[in-house]
Amino acid sequence: MIETRQLTKRYGEFTAVDAISFKVEPGQVLGFLGPNGAGKSTTMKMVAGFLAPTSGGATVAGFDVEKQPLEAKRVLGYLPEGAPSYGEMTAREFIEFIADVRGLTGEQRYARIDDVVGRLQLEKVLEQPIDTLSKGFKRRVGLAGAIVHDPKVLILDEPTDGLDPNQKHEVRTLINSMARDKTIVISTHLLEEVHAVCTRAIIIAGGRILADATPSELEARSRYHQAVSLTATDLQQAKDALARVADIASIEVDPQDNRITAFPKPGRSIFVAVGDALKAQNVTVRELALEPGRLDEVFRTITQGATATGARA
Amino acid sequence: MNGTLTIFKRELRSYFSTPVAYVFIVIFLLLSGAFTFYLGNFYERGQADLQAFFTFHPWLYLFLVPAVSMRLWAEERKSGTIELLLTLPVTMWQAVAGKFLAAWAFIAIALVLTFPIWLTVNYLGDPDNGVIFASYLGSLLMAGAFLAIGSCLSAATRNQVVAFILTVVICFLLLLAGYPLVLDAIRAVAGQGVADAFAGLSFLTHFASISKGVIDLRDLVYFLLTIAAWLYATAVVIDMKKAA
Repeated sequence: MIETRQLTKRYGEFTAVDAISFKVEPGQVLGFLGPNGAGKSTTMKMVAGFLAPTSGGATVAGFDVEKQPLEAKRVLGYLPEGAPSYGEMTAREFIEFIADVRGLTGEQRYARIDDVVGRLQLEKVLEQPIDTLSKGFKRRVGLAGAIVHDPKVLILDEPTDGLDPNQKHEVRTLINSMARDKTIVISTHLLEEVHAVCTRAIIIAGGRILADATPSELEARSRYHQAVSLTATDLQQAKDALARVADIASIEVDPQDNRITAFPKPGRSIFVAVGDALKAQNVTVRELALEPGRLDEVFRTITQGATATGARA
Repeated sequence: MNGTLTIFKRELRSYFSTPVAYVFIVIFLLLSGAFTFYLGNFYERGQADLQAFFTFHPWLYLFLVPAVSMRLWAEERKSGTIELLLTLPVTMWQAVAGKFLAAWAFIAIALVLTFPIWLTVNYLGDPDNGVIFASYLGSLLMAGAFLAIGSCLSAATRNQVVAFILTVVICFLLLLAGYPLVLDAIRAVAGQGVADAFAGLSFLTHFASISKGVIDLRDLVYFLLTIAAWLYATAVVIDMKKAA
């Protein structure tokens, strides 16, 4: 479990993190979203015990990160931004070093190292110096270090940054496989990642929490939520048909691919009505989809709204 | 396993997995040999001792030790591993001590590898091995003091070149404080008392007195206190700089 209370970090006049409070329970994967410089990393560094908060505090599995730093660090696995590691060491030496510092010994040490090497598919590169590895492997070696002691609480700062789509998929699968009994916080600016791994998302900008909800709740805030989009062979005919559906508030046509999006009046559902209207008018539809809502649009609305308010203040 | 020991081992091993260690050891051995025989007139002195060898150690260390210490913390900060290291369950002290001791052990290894000169002097004559042992001890302590200064300055910057130059300058000042050139000038201007106080701060004075074969508690305490003070400063600087 992770809990922060009014966690604040100031650098002189500048407030990087402004009184952030949240709580993450075991089994939850919390996604930290926000534009660059929003305070994501600073918050994570404070929870991980690297930076001391200016005021407020944080606990990791019940241990106060300032008063019981060693206990908190013991139950925590932390992957700093950029997954730093000692380049001159081989992947094996690095993982063994972390295991030793973490106090793993004997059978357990071997079992844990084997486990993370297997999970992150590092067998082939174990004896290579980390400096000679590709970015994807470096990231995986860093991750292996973060989870080698099977931590109850895991904080990963941009774990998939710079990975190719296949590697991203693997890392997400790994996070999902660990999610059941752990408390996990990841930061990202990839919105698709929120869908893929997070059970909950916090959007921060300017050091403040602007939204704290499940990914689908966030999507529901989108104006695309419950909208219907379609492409038809005859654009005009389709528009005429849609004009007959009473619950449609507005229609937009993408000038690039002629994709039509119909927005419902608030609280109405139009998917069935649209289908019926199109069928009644014999409109040939190539594609028809119900929009769940667009996270990127929600993200923009929320974070840009905040910067605008901030600028005025 | 103890955190200090684990970090110590990792650090020491990392010296030998890069060319740094080999270059350092070879240069150290070559230079200490060259100084002893050419500048120190080892043979011409006609005495079975290692004065000619140890006299040049402060000046060798002046340039070689900062080359070892400059990477201690600057590199951790530059590569971001400092964040990894300090979020592991080790205290700041364990990290500072582990890294310092590894660097010190590394210099000790280089120093031990000068043993042929000890064999030579024992083969040629009948030296006082007690004095030689004391000199080695003094040399090692002085290297530790240089290193602790370097550790602190390495923590203060992420640029290794800056760390190197600052360390050389500060160590140079501390060495000069014991040189007759400086001490005579001070004595002439401010009197014997001030000159003694000044000399008391110098590495050279304490090293010279240990090298005579007299292991005085005050000299040991001086070096150990210097090391402790600069390591304490290292931890403070790391804490301060972390936030930036």
